[in-house]
Formats: sequence, structure tokens, C-alpha cells
Amino acid sequence: MPSFPLLSIITFLPLVGVLIIMLFAKSGDNQACSVKLSKAVALITSLVTFVVSLGILCYFNPSDSSFQLMERYVWIPSFNIAYIKGVDGISLWFVLISTFLTPICILSAIGGVKKRVKEFMIALLVLETMMIGMFTALDFVLFYLFFEGVLIPMFLIIGIWGGEKRTYAAYKFFLYTFLGSVLMLVAIFAMVLHVGTTDMTAMMGGKFPMQMAIWLWLAFFMSFAVKTPMWPFHTWLPYAHVEAPTAGSVILAGVLLKMGGYGFIRLSVQMLPEASHYFAPLVMVLSLVAIIYTSLVALAQTDMKKLIAYSSVAHMGFVTLGIFSLNQQGLDGAMIVMISHAFVSGALFLCVGVVYDRLHTREISRYGGMANNMPHYAFMFMIFMLGSVGLPGTSGFVGEFLSLQGAYLANSWYAFIAALGVILGAAYMLWLYRRLFYGPLEKADVKAMPDLNLREYAMFVPLVIFVFWIGIYPATFRDMFAPTVNKIIQDYQAQIKDSTHE
Amino acid sequence: MNSILALISNQMSAITILPEIIVALMGMILLIAGAVCGARVTRQVGMLAILGMAVAGFVMLCPQRMHFLPMGGQMASFGFRYMFVDDAFARFVKAILLIGSSLSIMLSWYYVEQEESLERPEYPVLILFATLGMMLMVSASDLMSVYVGLELQSLSLYVLAAYRRDDLKSSEAGLKYFVLGALSSGLILYGISLIYGYAGTTNFIALNFGVHHMEHPPIGLIIGVVFVCAAMAFKVGAVPFHMWTPDVYEGAPTPVTAFFATTAGVAALAMFMRMLMEPFSGLAEQWQQIIIFVAVASMLLGSFAGLAQSNIKRLMAYSSIANMGFILVGLAVRSADGIQALLIYLAIYFINTLGVFGVILCLRRNGKMVEKISDLSGLGKTNPLLALTMVLFMFSLTGVPPLAGFFGKYFVFLAAVKAHMVPIAIIGMLTSVVSAYYYLRVIKVMYFDETQQPIDDLPDYGVKIVIGIAAVYVLVFTIYPTPVIDAAAVAMHSLLGG
Repeated sequence: MPSFPLLSIITFLPLVGVLIIMLFAKSGDNQACSVKLSKAVALITSLVTFVVSLGILCYFNPSDSSFQLMERYVWIPSFNIAYIKGVDGISLWFVLISTFLTPICILSAIGGVKKRVKEFMIALLVLETMMIGMFTALDFVLFYLFFEGVLIPMFLIIGIWGGEKRTYAAYKFFLYTFLGSVLMLVAIFAMVLHVGTTDMTAMMGGKFPMQMAIWLWLAFFMSFAVKTPMWPFHTWLPYAHVEAPTAGSVILAGVLLKMGGYGFIRLSVQMLPEASHYFAPLVMVLSLVAIIYTSLVALAQTDMKKLIAYSSVAHMGFVTLGIFSLNQQGLDGAMIVMISHAFVSGALFLCVGVVYDRLHTREISRYGGMANNMPHYAFMFMIFMLGSVGLPGTSGFVGEFLSLQGAYLANSWYAFIAALGVILGAAYMLWLYRRLFYGPLEKADVKAMPDLNLREYAMFVPLVIFVFWIGIYPATFRDMFAPTVNKIIQDYQAQIKDSTHE
Repeated sequence: MNSILALISNQMSAITILPEIIVALMGMILLIAGAVCGARVTRQVGMLAILGMAVAGFVMLCPQRMHFLPMGGQMASFGFRYMFVDDAFARFVKAILLIGSSLSIMLSWYYVEQEESLERPEYPVLILFATLGMMLMVSASDLMSVYVGLELQSLSLYVLAAYRRDDLKSSEAGLKYFVLGALSSGLILYGISLIYGYAGTTNFIALNFGVHHMEHPPIGLIIGVVFVCAAMAFKVGAVPFHMWTPDVYEGAPTPVTAFFATTAGVAALAMFMRMLMEPFSGLAEQWQQIIIFVAVASMLLGSFAGLAQSNIKRLMAYSSIANMGFILVGLAVRSADGIQALLIYLAIYFINTLGVFGVILCLRRNGKMVEKISDLSGLGKTNPLLALTMVLFMFSLTGVPPLAGFFGKYFVFLAAVKAHMVPIAIIGMLTSVVSAYYYLRVIKVMYFDETQQPIDDLPDYGVKIVIGIAAVYVLVFTIYPTPVIDAAAVAMHSLLGG
């Protein structure tokens, strides 16, 4: 245990950057200077945050499945609300993903964002604080605070820096997620009143009678199904992704979607095990529909970002499939898919951003033959495309394989149908790749595009490393969360056994 | 201070009503001073009015005065033969009132100076008298003193609403408010006479005792209570007695609208609470149904009707109707938690709304006030700091954490769920999603739309101070909410214990 509040430091470090930008980067006469300064401050702050967040790995004991690095401060004592933070093997990874992806997003924004750069950097840093805060919160009010707080910067990012239909997309994103989360808030009220405290650790392990748990589970489901997103609650996602600027899409795909998966594990499975058992078939079926349906939809897209957005929904289908297999393999798989998806789809959105910055269109048909004039770019894109397809040796394979294994243990038909989705996934990604990079290089403006520059390399190289690292040696990652997953599954099975005996 | 208090220490009544006496004296002195010196001292009169209210607030809370109250102010202390009460609940609400009125006066400085016909020292004096009326309302412990306070407040507000007498809309607002206000005063008087006729007293303590010992409360008494409830719903602007709000909000001069939306609403609600929880707590089952209906209808109407507004002051009118709905949920659950939640909500809402009106008062192009929502467009670019504060206020009104507004909703609906009113909590939550749409629209116009001609520079510090205070409060409340929450708890205990 460190003698200082490490998690709080990581959470609020980005806000220090915000403060510096607000104080020193005065807009006005000296525009160029203030833009430069805010870019530099944002990048440095996010890098420092990432380095400090690696400190969690030093202090974290992977063999211990309980919450670690706990912090507990008085907040609103009269309502038993406290400021509690802590990480276990699961939230640890999401914190690291957040701190890892934010500098990459800022790097991408340094080149891609042209207007109101200072405000964009502030929004990204505030978003980082919200994300880390949400994954480390162990008090329900604190959790909800950050879970909802994410909406504010994200709404602004989509709405201010987005594409043509940005207003519609921003509204849809905000209202959809807000609707989901207010229902969750009512469920939180009921749980808090039942247990008498807002401490999340006190709510785990089936403390709620079945009749109540079913309603609570449905309320949580509304919130997380929108956030994940699951079919049929996914319709906000393509709009949000298409209209958001590149950095926004990366954060959205890389971290915000994981909030749904994290919520399913932490709140649904850990707190309402019996209800999760009861509803598991429903989620599994919805996941299968998502995998097959959105893969087919992805095949029909003419917009690159929309295609990748639909592929995200399909991949999140594997996540929910894995989680609600409710066995060790499934949950392991879901975790790896989430970690892998954060890197791969984040990278794919960055790839789209690279050509979008040059040509300002996302229409697939406007490109073609780019393998000739942009070989480095084509190579990077190929790695991430294969990661998304799930080629053995890349990160996508490990996760999908484990998810399917988990689903097979639950019901072999589920695994059979989901495996069809893998084939479809290969189809739309390879076809996308063919349309973008192969064929004749005819269009003059495409021909004129320069290959990757140094800044873009700096964004992609770390991501490439992780795609292969997870693909070749997933144990580095799995060893950290396996004890926690093990405990979750054991608790779950003990609960189910208890309730069937009764 | 000690010696003055010692002089009148045998006069319990004078001590309990000391803050009101200070405000009243200040009002009269300023009225004379204003009449003598004329329009040029408007700002100075305003400053003195704020000073007077600050002194009143200090005297109200200072330990030397508490020392003379029974149990150091922990118990309710009565004055004027139980016509007037001073307890923690009254002090909590009066603190809000004094702060709200002071900030409202600060909001008005620049506004009234811009037009010759408005720059008169009567303005702060009227606010002072309205505040006095509100303080009396909140501390009333008898239906007669309730009425006296209510009328003092209402008459001042009628004049304030029509303060721009050359302006058609303002005169219309004043007249409309007067006619409907007089009607509601008539309703409340009729209700009081019925209550007196069937219960034989107008005193709160006697009524409380009497109603609790009736096996079957007479129907006349219940009708009287219903009349009073209807009149109070009018005063707070709750559905179905909300019709005046949009027109009066739009027509009245903007600083007056700010005063209506915050301080006036808080006072009326506090009086409403005291009447329902003290004298008529024995009839809770009867009035609870009314309040539930009023709360749900207000939430629904305020959220849906606000969607179609294009004038920001009208939008704020519907927002206040919706917020009254949320607040009344706290009353509808008629539990200790509900009352506490309601008080917390009020303490957050009034500052938040004052901030919004501060921003509205900054909207001036070519020397003229503009108040269309579309007039805000491009504010994010031309006035980044002002736009940022407006974003904070709007998200806070939406109830998005980590801003203060979230906690208001959190505690109110927590109390509702605790009282097994889950459907109401769900309706409230869903309507807050609906109303999110129009709050977001303000942000959308400021940031997503094309830039217009920038608004005029505001050379005045009064408005800026109010906006600053509100913005800091909305942000800091989350980090350190305990003082407000604890004060609300003390106020709640004194209301329910009394």
C-alpha cells in the first residue's frame, strides 16, 4: 500500500492540466501561442497521468482478488455517502486503458482539430478524469457522479467539433444515455435504501430478494445496454461515431463503451447474481442478434466510420456473450475482447482520421489503391484490420476464442451462431480493406496524399505493440485479472447454489 | 449588541422579530432617503438595502440573539401571542431569502441604470419590502399573520412586475399578476374563513392540536385546506395554477423575473410547507393526494411545454414549473427525508437560477436587451467565460452530476423511493430527461451554432459577482455539501418537532 492516495492523484491529475490551460493559455491577441501551449500542456499532463497510473501496477498484488489501493474519506456523513476508491483486477485494466488512450487521442487531436483547440484539450482532460473516476469509484454516488459526468464533455466534443449532423448526433447520444442512467439511479436508490449505505462493496453477493433483484437488474440493464451498446439499443452509436471528431471516436470506442461492460460485471453480475442467472439467456440471445445483425449491417455501409462503428457493436456482442456465459472462460474472454477492442477499434478510428484529415471525406468509394502511395499507412491499417477480424496472433483472436469457449460451455448453439459472426466480421473488414487499398490508384487527390508522418507513427506504434502483445502472450494481462474473475465466478456459483437449495 | 438586547430582553416578541424590524426600518429610512435625493442614488440605496439585509441576517444568526431564545434557539420561540415563530426552519429559509434578495438587487443595478424611467430608488426599496413580507410569511404561526405577510409580499411584487410602466408587456404582466394574485388571495381568505369556521381558531398550534384530535375532520375544514392549497399552488406557480408564470416571467423586467423565480418562489414554498406540516399535518392523507397530483402535473407540463419555447425567459418559466414539481415531490412524500431533501433542493435551485438570470442580463446588443434563445448563438466563441458558466448552470438544472443540481434531484427522489413512491420517482426521472432537451438546446445554440454579432461588453460588476458566486457554488457544492445538508437537517427537525 502506498502512503499517498494514488488513485485520487491519477483521477484528478488531468484537472491540474485543465487549470493550467485555463490560467495561462489566454485566448485573445496571441492565438497561436495559446494554442501551442494548450496542446503541449494537455499532452504532457496526459503522459504524466499515464506514467503515474503505471504506479498502480507496482502496488497491485495480482494474486489478491479483493479491492486494493483503497481510499476512504468522509463526504456526506449524514446520508452515509463516502468517497471510496479502489481497484481490483478488472477495473485496473480500464484505468490503464483510459490513461493510455488519452495521450494518443491528444496526439491525434493536435493534428486533426483546427478550431477551438484549447477548449478541445480541456474537454479531453475533463473526460479523462471522469473515466478514471468512474472505474475506480466504489461508492454508488461517486460512481454515478462520474458515470453521468462523462456525458458533459462528450456531448460538447461531438457537438462542437463534430461533422455535419453533429447536433443530432450529440442530442441522440446525450438523451439516450441519460434516459438509461436515470432509470439506473432509481435502482440505486432502492439498493441504497435496502442496504443502508452507498458503499458498493457492501452490496455484492446477492443481498437482494429475487423479486426486487429482477427489477433492479432490468434498470441496470437499461443503462448498460445503451452504454455498451447492445442491440436494439445501439442506434445512437453509429451517429455519435460518425459525427464525432477522431479523438472523440477513439475515446468513445476505446473507453466509454467499456463502461457498459464494466457495469455489467460490477453491478449486474456481482451485485445481482441470481437475477443475472435468470436473465442470462435474454442477454445471450440479444448478443447473438447483435453479432449477426450488425455484422450484416456493417457489410452494407459506404461510410468507413459507420462500418467500424457497427463492427464495434458486434464486438461488444462478444463481450456481453462472454459475461453472461457466467463462467471463467466467458468472463476472461469478455475482458480480453474489451481490452483488445479498446486498442484495435481505437486504432481503426485513428486510421480513418488519418485519411479524413487529408481528404475530408469518409466515403469508402472516394478512396482506392492507397497501398500504392501510402504503403506505411496500408501496413498499419492491415495490422489493426486483422486484429479486428481476430486473426490468430493478434489480440482479437484470444478474446473471441475465449468468449466462444465460454458460450459453448453455456450452450453449444450460442457458440455456433456467434462463430458465424466471426466469419462475417472477416468478410466486412477484408472487403473494406480491399476497397480502400487495392485496385487502381486513379483519383488524383487520393494520389496526392502523403504517407504517415512522425506524429501519426507515434500514435500507431504503441497500439501495434499491444495488438501483438495480447495476441501472442495474453498471460501478462490475464494473470492480473484472473484471480478477480475467478472470485466473481465462485461467488456467483455459490449464490446460485444457495438459491436453488432453498 | 448585548446591552441593546438586554434592554428588551423581557420582550420576547421583539427579539424573535428583530431581523424583520431591521429590514422594515431600513426600508422606511431608504424610502425617505430616496424620496429626498432622487434617482441618482439608486445604486447607493441598493447597496444600503443589501447592507440592511446583511445586518438582519447577521442579527438573525448571531449567538447573542440565540442566547435569549429558549434552549439557545434549538426550540421554536414564539412572539406576539403565538402569531409569530422563530425556529431553525424559519432561519434556514430566511437566510436563503436574504441572500436571494441581495443578489437580485445586485442583478438589477446595471439594468435600471440603462433606462431613465427605471432608475428610481423605489426599486431596491420595493424588493426590501417584498423580502420583509416573505420573512413574515415564513415565520407566521397563525393564518392571520400568514395573510399579512403574503399581502405585503404580493403588493410589492405587483408593482415590481409592472415596473417598466412605459412598456406594454410589463404593464400587462403586472396587471395579469395582480388580477390572478388577487384571486388567489381571495381563495386563501375564503379558505381561512372556512377553517376558522370549522376549527374555531386560526392559530397553527391550536389547529394542529385540534385537527389531530378530530376523529372525522369536518368536510368544511377539508374544503378550507383545499382552498388554501390551491392559492399556494398559485403562488409557487405549480400546475394547474401556473398560467400566469410564462407571461409574467416574459413581461416583467428581467431582474424582477429573477426575483420572482428564486426568492418569491422559495418564500411561498416555505410557507406552504409550514402550513401543511404544522397545522394540517393531521389531514396529511387528504392533502397528500393534492400535492402528488400537483407535483406530477407540474413535472410533466413544465418539461413538455418548455420544449416549444423560443424566448429564454419563457423557457425559464417552464423550467421553474418543472422544478416546482420536483420540489413538491419532497412535500408529497411527507416524510422527514422529503422535507430535508426539499430544503436542500431549494438551497441549490435558487442560486443556480439566479446565475442563469445573471447570464440573461448580460445579453445586450446595441444597447438593447435580447432574450430569444437564438440570440445566444455563438456566445461560446465571443464570450467563452460567460458561455462556460451558462453551460454549468444548464447542466446543473438538467441534473447531470457532478454539478450541484444533481444532488437536489438525488435527495428528493431518494426520499420518494424511501416512501415507496417509486412510480413518482420514475416519472420525475423521465421528465428530467425530457427537460434535458431544452437545457441542452441552450448549450447547443451557444456552442454548435454559427456566431452572431458579439454581445455588448458589460461594464457592471454587480451581475458579474452574482454569476461568479453562482458558478462557484454549483461547482463546489459537490465537493463540500455538508454545511447545507446539515443545516437543512436542523431546519427539518425544527419544522417536524414543532
